[in-house]
Amino acid sequence: MSSVSATIQDVFNEPGCAKNAGKSEKEKKKGCTKQLQPGGAAGGCAFDGAKIALQPITDVAHLVHGPIACEGNSWDNRGAFSSGSSLYRTGFTTDINETDVVFGGEKRLYKSIKEIIEKYNPPSVFVYQTCVPAMIGDDIDAVCKAASKKFGKPIVPVNSPGFVGPKNLGNKLAGEALLAHVIGTVEPEYTTPYDVNIIGEYNLAGEMWQVEPLLKEIGFRIISCISGDAKYNEVAQAHRAKATMMVCSKAMINITRKLEDRYGIPYFEGSFYGIGDMSDSIRQLAQLVIDQGAPPEFMDRAEAVIAREEKKAWEAMAAYTPRLKGKKVLLITGGVKSWSVVAALQEVGLEIVGTSVKKSTKEDKERIKELMGEDAHAFDDMSPREMYNMLKDARADIMLSGGRSQFIALKASMPWLDINQERHHAYAGYEGMVALVKEIDKALYNPIWEQVRRAAPWQNPAETWQAKAEAEAAREAAELAADPAKAEAKRRSKKICKCKSVDLGTIEDAIRTGSLKTVADVTAATNAGGGCTGCCGTIEDIIADVLQPAEAVVLDPVQAEEKRRAKKVCNCKEVTVGAIEDAIRAKGLSTVAEVTAETEAGSGCGSCGETVEEILGEVLASVPRIAAE
Amino acid sequence: MAIVKFNKKACTVNPLKMSQPVGGALAFMGVKDAMPLFHGSQGCTSFGLVLFVRHFKEAIPLQTTAMSEVATVLGGYENVEQAIVNISNKQKARLIGICSTGVTETKGDDVDAYIKLVRQQHPELEHVSLVYVSTPDFKDAFQDGWEKTVAKIIETLVKPVEVDAPRNPKKLVVLPGSHLTPGDLDELRDIIEAFGLEPYFLPDLAGSLDGHIPEDFTPTTLGGISLEEIADLGDAFHAIALGSHMRLAAETLEKKAGIPFRIFDRMIGLIPTDEFIAHLAAISGREVPNKIKRQRGQLVDAMLDGHFHTGGKKLAIGLEPDFLYDLSNFLHEMGCKIEVAVTTNDKPILEQVPIEEVLVGDLEDFEKMAPGCDLLITHAHGRQAADRLHIPLFRMGLPIFDRLGAAHITSVGYRGARDLIFKIANVFIENMHVVRPDTWYPHPVEGHASEHAPASTTH
Ligand code: SF4
Repeated sequence: MSSVSATIQDVFNEPGCAKNAGKSEKEKKKGCTKQLQPGGAAGGCAFDGAKIALQPITDVAHLVHGPIACEGNSWDNRGAFSSGSSLYRTGFTTDINETDVVFGGEKRLYKSIKEIIEKYNPPSVFVYQTCVPAMIGDDIDAVCKAASKKFGKPIVPVNSPGFVGPKNLGNKLAGEALLAHVIGTVEPEYTTPYDVNIIGEYNLAGEMWQVEPLLKEIGFRIISCISGDAKYNEVAQAHRAKATMMVCSKAMINITRKLEDRYGIPYFEGSFYGIGDMSDSIRQLAQLVIDQGAPPEFMDRAEAVIAREEKKAWEAMAAYTPRLKGKKVLLITGGVKSWSVVAALQEVGLEIVGTSVKKSTKEDKERIKELMGEDAHAFDDMSPREMYNMLKDARADIMLSGGRSQFIALKASMPWLDINQERHHAYAGYEGMVALVKEIDKALYNPIWEQVRRAAPWQNPAETWQAKAEAEAAREAAELAADPAKAEAKRRSKKICKCKSVDLGTIEDAIRTGSLKTVADVTAATNAGGGCTGCCGTIEDIIADVLQPAEAVVLDPVQAEEKRRAKKVCNCKEVTVGAIEDAIRAKGLSTVAEVTAETEAGSGCGSCGETVEEILGEVLASVPRIAAE
Repeated sequence: MAIVKFNKKACTVNPLKMSQPVGGALAFMGVKDAMPLFHGSQGCTSFGLVLFVRHFKEAIPLQTTAMSEVATVLGGYENVEQAIVNISNKQKARLIGICSTGVTETKGDDVDAYIKLVRQQHPELEHVSLVYVSTPDFKDAFQDGWEKTVAKIIETLVKPVEVDAPRNPKKLVVLPGSHLTPGDLDELRDIIEAFGLEPYFLPDLAGSLDGHIPEDFTPTTLGGISLEEIADLGDAFHAIALGSHMRLAAETLEKKAGIPFRIFDRMIGLIPTDEFIAHLAAISGREVPNKIKRQRGQLVDAMLDGHFHTGGKKLAIGLEPDFLYDLSNFLHEMGCKIEVAVTTNDKPILEQVPIEEVLVGDLEDFEKMAPGCDLLITHAHGRQAADRLHIPLFRMGLPIFDRLGAAHITSVGYRGARDLIFKIANVFIENMHVVRPDTWYPHPVEGHASEHAPASTTH
């Protein structure tokens, strides 16, 4: 296991991952493993994540070393499409039995590799480690090494047993396996100035094919896509690209960044979802290859295609505007986490529920991002009755979400559209956006909704569960209004930390009784913030709310100024407002980068960048005057 | 008498088998207010969840003790305890059904001892029933997990009753095997009620996973047999077990409450249904209702109409042991020839599959042996083989994730068998070989032409 834990450690030290860099050493050791509550709804394991990331490589045999649970219950269940080989859809597993558990499964693994090579002769076999063989100490690295030598083919160990963490960790460990064993092992026959990598795109529902033809038309050569519709040899050539686009998620940031470190391949993070993002991504990719030596006219070709496709897409969507105008969409999480999807939906007249959005002001954007980023699991525990009321409160006409909220939404007789990873429709690029709008229209205007909401002939309309749910909600609201104590109890019962299941009241009490001042104190006292740390910001606000009234009274101006200056801006590097202001004044700094270089503020998770910018703005607003004097 | 053979491979390719804990979890899902809980890492649970969601197209209650790498080494008491507390408090489950997994079995967690300790530590959870089943992933398969779980539910939750205690002469316990669908259970309920009997299904997936829209929504199961009903099963006058793997459950119930039972290995087809109906008539003391008599006539007619199409057809079937046994015999009785029979693990019942050899293997074996067959019958994972072999696939078993209505496929009773014949016969009709001019004498005509053609061009 030592090599696995070393790799995991390496992944956690990923400086390109903002989330990680923001953590203390101790937290980093714990890593991204959002510790799941026992008795919670389960997400996929690290093995699952590794398989999701690599299985789209179509010509490779993906062999799962473990008991039948890991492969038998789940094989061939993903929507990654292939234009060539279908070997990736074949389920290979060692299906270890009791004897293997007692005596070790390495022999069976070796024989399995041999059988696969004899029968299917793939360019490579990827071997996935799972929990049970990891526990009994099967050394898959050694087996793969021996097999590579014996069979003269790359046999790649993917060391990502489920229990080391969740899916996203598995994505990264998969990336490490490619970096260690695959990338850089094959040289392309020739290279061009237009060679690019697309990383983190899995060709779900064939989405890559909504994008690839346009990129090719412009003149890009996708030397390697990791890993949608990829072939082993292409992935192995990724080190010869001129630029990398990292698609949206941070799932494969480690590959992207190490390609830059080791081979000097610059990258940017982009998305294919939404018209705006699609166009931006094309432009950025074009700019990167131009920076690397491609002729500047290349941008004109890109712009020409962008202009043509945008026009076509907007025209196609405009046809839907009269039907969709004013309809309300409740958008919850899912794979399509892109601001520009929202922008496009608004463009056809749909309203996004939960925001008073005009669009494109920064706050609106943040709010929507927040809304969409809301953990899908929050809705898993929701009863259809609650969901029905929520949708009713929100006056939504349709819900777009992923995951299991599907069945609850449908049982609540609510039009629903799948935007999660298992969706059947491709929503990428220009064509995909049009398809999304079309699907929304189809779902909204299906005539079944009116019928399924009707009461049965023997049913009193007041007794349908929908009516009951409404009555219940009304009763609850009335009760809360009449009884302040209950309303307070309800306010206090709000879950702040979802990982550790800690509510607002508990946190407030702890702050008061323990006179806690920092998030760390609160975490120590209540556990809140001890999971994914996503709620730390909220906890900070709670501390401020609880403490302020009492302290505000006693502060004199000097103390107040001291307190203002002592406020930490950069939690990662522990830099205060005062320190930043002083540095700006003393050294005459004028950009965030300079401040970061001077004070380290912002060199951690980077989340304080905006605050630094504000401080900079305030100080600079006064500095020139001083300089002019 | 069929011989059971095992493939000699190290590597399973395209698994037919699913793991034991998912079978156990499904059994718990037939109990009301229940929450199945995997004691293991979160991934196993997530896969199980997705499996059922895609099959039933329903929200599925299934939770995990979320064992991390460290916890697996230290032992999982704390995780089990926390999970039980959370599920009791948050989801208000009244039964928590715990299945172990490969991870926790490898470590050797003593969950029975954990439960004792939880009981001591948490007297406030007294109202929550806990049932634990040992179901390591690296042993047995889906059907076995179900079998053990039903027996364990009976052992833990049914109140003991003396053999000679007064009995309810209408109350009939039905112990369905894992291969029966909610649709099958609904059909059986209809039939049994027609005899004036009150059936109690354990587990009752028709109450929970039939896709109904419930009055009251809960994060636990949305229906099924209630805990009170389970506790009071003991005064039933009789029990029937459907599928040979339900013997363990029936015997456990007999021991516990002295309920006599009968096992029906076969449920599909004319003779098995005749036997079943005759038994119901005997134990109820009632005449067979007219409606059922009419249905029998329909089945006979379906057999007459269907045999033209099913006769002589070669089949490849891949299913769990009891289902394989039942379905292959039925189709054999319809004149089909079972050419290939593949199953997940060895059971005595397999000797009675109408074929020379039953193979314990995977869908790669299945695919390799199936060429020449007219129809493949297995779960949805047979789709790749069907594509490659250009042989139609008739989906049976679990999972069926690429078609709708999996929960309602009905094959038991006269009506079920009747409809099954129609569906299968229709597949044959649709794929009938088209007759062409050269169907009977391909060579002479072509051969003649091709012999002379080159000669003329060389001139
Ligand atoms: S958690 Fe472990 S045992 Fe379970 S599916 Fe994932 S790798 Fe397999």
